[in-house]
Amino acid sequence: MTSIVSIREATKDYHLGKVIVPALRGINLDVKEGEFLSIAGPSGSGKTTLLNLIGCVDTPTSGTVEVAGRDISKLSERQLTDLRLHTIGFIFQSFNLVNVLDVFRNVELPLLLQRVSSASERRKRVEGLLARVGLSQLMKHRPSELSGGQRQRVAIARALVSRPRLVLADEPTANLDSVTGQNILDLMRELNQTEHTTFIFSTHDARVMAYASKVVRIADGRVSGVEELDERGSAPDAKDHHYPKLSGEA
Amino acid sequence: MPAIFSTLFVIAEIAFRNLFASKWKTLIVGGIIGFGAFLVVVGTSIVDGVDRAMRRSVTGSLSGHIQVYSSQSKGDLELMGSMGGGPMDVEPLASFEKVKEALLSVPNVAAVVPMGVDTAIVSSGNTVDQALSNLRTTINAIEHGDTTAELTRKYEAQKAHVRQMVSLLSHEMDNAKLVSEKGLQEDDAEALKRASSDEFWTSFDADRYDHLELLENKIASLASDADMLQLRYVGTDPQAFAKSFDRMEVVDGELIPQGKRGFMFSKYMYEEMVKLKTARGLDKIKQAMDDRKERIDQTPELKRIVRENRTGVRELILQLDALRTEGFRKKLQGLLHSDEADLTKLLARFFDTDDNNFRERYDFFYRELAPQLELYRIRIGDSLMIKTFTKSGYVQSANLKVYGTYHFKGLERSPQAGAINMMDMVSFRELYGFMTTERAQEIAAIRAAAGAKEVSRENAESELFGAKPATEEAAAAAPSEAVDPLAHLRGTREQREKSEAAFDPAELQQGVVLSAAILVEDESRIAETLHAIEAMGKERNLPLKAITWQQASGLIGQFATLMRAVLYATVLIIFVVALVVINNALVMATLERVREFGTLRAVGAQRRFILAMLVLESVVIGVSSGAVGALIGISLLVWLGRVGIPAVTLELSFFFSGPRLFPSVTPEQVMFSFVTVLIVSIISSIYPAWLAMRVSPREAMSAED
Repeated sequence: MTSIVSIREATKDYHLGKVIVPALRGINLDVKEGEFLSIAGPSGSGKTTLLNLIGCVDTPTSGTVEVAGRDISKLSERQLTDLRLHTIGFIFQSFNLVNVLDVFRNVELPLLLQRVSSASERRKRVEGLLARVGLSQLMKHRPSELSGGQRQRVAIARALVSRPRLVLADEPTANLDSVTGQNILDLMRELNQTEHTTFIFSTHDARVMAYASKVVRIADGRVSGVEELDERGSAPDAKDHHYPKLSGEA
Repeated sequence: MPAIFSTLFVIAEIAFRNLFASKWKTLIVGGIIGFGAFLVVVGTSIVDGVDRAMRRSVTGSLSGHIQVYSSQSKGDLELMGSMGGGPMDVEPLASFEKVKEALLSVPNVAAVVPMGVDTAIVSSGNTVDQALSNLRTTINAIEHGDTTAELTRKYEAQKAHVRQMVSLLSHEMDNAKLVSEKGLQEDDAEALKRASSDEFWTSFDADRYDHLELLENKIASLASDADMLQLRYVGTDPQAFAKSFDRMEVVDGELIPQGKRGFMFSKYMYEEMVKLKTARGLDKIKQAMDDRKERIDQTPELKRIVRENRTGVRELILQLDALRTEGFRKKLQGLLHSDEADLTKLLARFFDTDDNNFRERYDFFYRELAPQLELYRIRIGDSLMIKTFTKSGYVQSANLKVYGTYHFKGLERSPQAGAINMMDMVSFRELYGFMTTERAQEIAAIRAAAGAKEVSRENAESELFGAKPATEEAAAAAPSEAVDPLAHLRGTREQREKSEAAFDPAELQQGVVLSAAILVEDESRIAETLHAIEAMGKERNLPLKAITWQQASGLIGQFATLMRAVLYATVLIIFVVALVVINNALVMATLERVREFGTLRAVGAQRRFILAMLVLESVVIGVSSGAVGALIGISLLVWLGRVGIPAVTLELSFFFSGPRLFPSVTPEQVMFSFVTVLIVSIISSIYPAWLAMRVSPREAMSAED
């Protein structure tokens, strides 16, 4: 399997006024196509920054980040946008749907941006994906009329509708209750296996990590460890007591 | 459907739905833009309406479409009166005939009217003088042997009137003496005493002229009720004037006939300056009550008029002889249920009108009192002595027959259009100080009579001091012939007075004029015609300067332009404020939507997508609320177009070219407002859209709160 993401000695500094805050201090990482990878670490460890680099929404201060074989430091803003549009799907912690558009339009949006000209083609793909995530009945609803889990499923459908090679999910279950979170993870895993789409998701939740085929641990802007987990379910003793209980569950 | 359209479609969909999503923003921005569009539509329509009305007023009354005057003039031509109020410094155009012919050769020129505007001082006449002059006419007839009963009756009536006046004066003077130490000069007092004595009047018939003379020389000057009227007038060719200015209408009397010297009052001036002041006061109050629904007790101006009427009854009383005084007293006692004997007090009470009794008094005045009064101090058919100071500083005067009054239709009540009176061009030239043919002849005659001759510089010495026998001979011979050089003068003056009334119409055409009014066939080509006239002037070596009616009418002509400037400035300010407010609202809205823009950018929307989306949002708000505002404006204008905007002041009636302005909406005005709001909404969205465009896709990643 080839690497879809290849990171060499990547650093990222943020400027906080006059102070330079190093968020990443030299990351080396390869992600193989078809992996279901979790980036884990406490908040402030730099996992979101790493995800930003992989997602081509940011560029490294030094080192190289190659996504789909392209060095993102050498791409223009516009080319980066194109790369995101055609290669990467995004799933956000807070779903980030366009509130004024209905479910169908939200999912269709990437196809419209890609200028997929055939309306029937678009419809086929959108309806297909919404069926996969179990929202066929809610196509005409606005995001505000959906539950958190339903919204995240819409977001998953949106991320996958353009058939990206890589889907990035930033703490996809953080705003969901545990059951819904599990359902979402099951769905992602299923799509990973059926569509062979690479998934990279960040989390600080051990239970979520357990779903991954590989866990990359980040601490202080460095990779502190990589765990390969061959089989789903054979996760190292899922530590239930680590799972944070969410209040106000959906 | 091509792909680009689907992208645009989704942009439009997001933009449109966002309008309803953020209602407060839409409401603020839409409200401002809607108001702006409303203002632009209504404002431009009214200004255009005023512009059109003014054009009608000015071009249809005095100035015509174009005024042509001498390019050698030091000052500007200002027909409606200059700003400083001083005389115009305009060089004359030598021969109107030549100028007219040249101007008529220019395409689009339909008519040329000669003109000159000047100001003169006219004495309105003293009531006693008038009565005495009437009496003198009657006495003349009697002395010439006319003894009809009718004349005798008239004679007695007039005599009684004068006697009444004298006793009134005498009474007044006694009162004055109580107030002032000085009182009258001794001989005046004596004359007054004599004229009010019974003996004077019983002996009147014995030597009418002698008695009359005492009254004329001593008494008339004591009644100082004469007004000096300042009259602006235009000297013109009355026939051409009436024909070219279609708004001109003769109200009383007739137009100054062709080839006749004469004067016409503007109806407004005639009413304002010549009418009996108390009667004019009543007219004004009635007008204010009828037209403007004003009330006496609420309007200081009307209160002032009532006060003036109350104290200004003397002018009226002076007109009355004993018989009429008695009649008035009876009528007023009846009306006022009073047994007051003093007519002055009765009249003062009569004119002390309020909102309740005004109409009754007004009707009573015109029904019962006015028929026995001379309502106008200068009657149609009278002659009017006009005095002017010429540019060189000496006084010129002319005695002109008043042929009538005129007004400009629709502008009857406008002081601006109504302030100008009219006279024939020949008299104008004379009063302005130009040499007219007859004046030149007259001067030549005087010169010949006085034996004066041109003395050139070279032979001045010998002419003046050289004792040449020929001159001495002439001098010796002269007395026998020119015993009385004044006899010649008198002769020519009499001749002139005879010819005064008439002149050769050709003279009017040939002489100088100050300017020429031009009426064009096609109003839209005025600018073009201006150039053509000046080009023609150069070609023919005529010093012609052509200006538009706006320029010629001075400040008044600029009124529409001024209004437009004020409107545009207002609109500009509103839109600048709108820009700031809208910009602010959009920036706030943008900041609230950072995550949305970040998400769109993250999932692959280019920056221009965001830009287009936000600009489109603003345009949608702008166009929809602009349309609503414009629509409200249009419906208001359609309504106003039917009922009209009333000219609440006299000045406005000039600007409205009538009592009401009927604005209309043109597609241009609506287009203009639309384009304006479109530009404003696009400009105001640029900065927020730029901000939104710069939102990093990273923003989508950060967790929500």
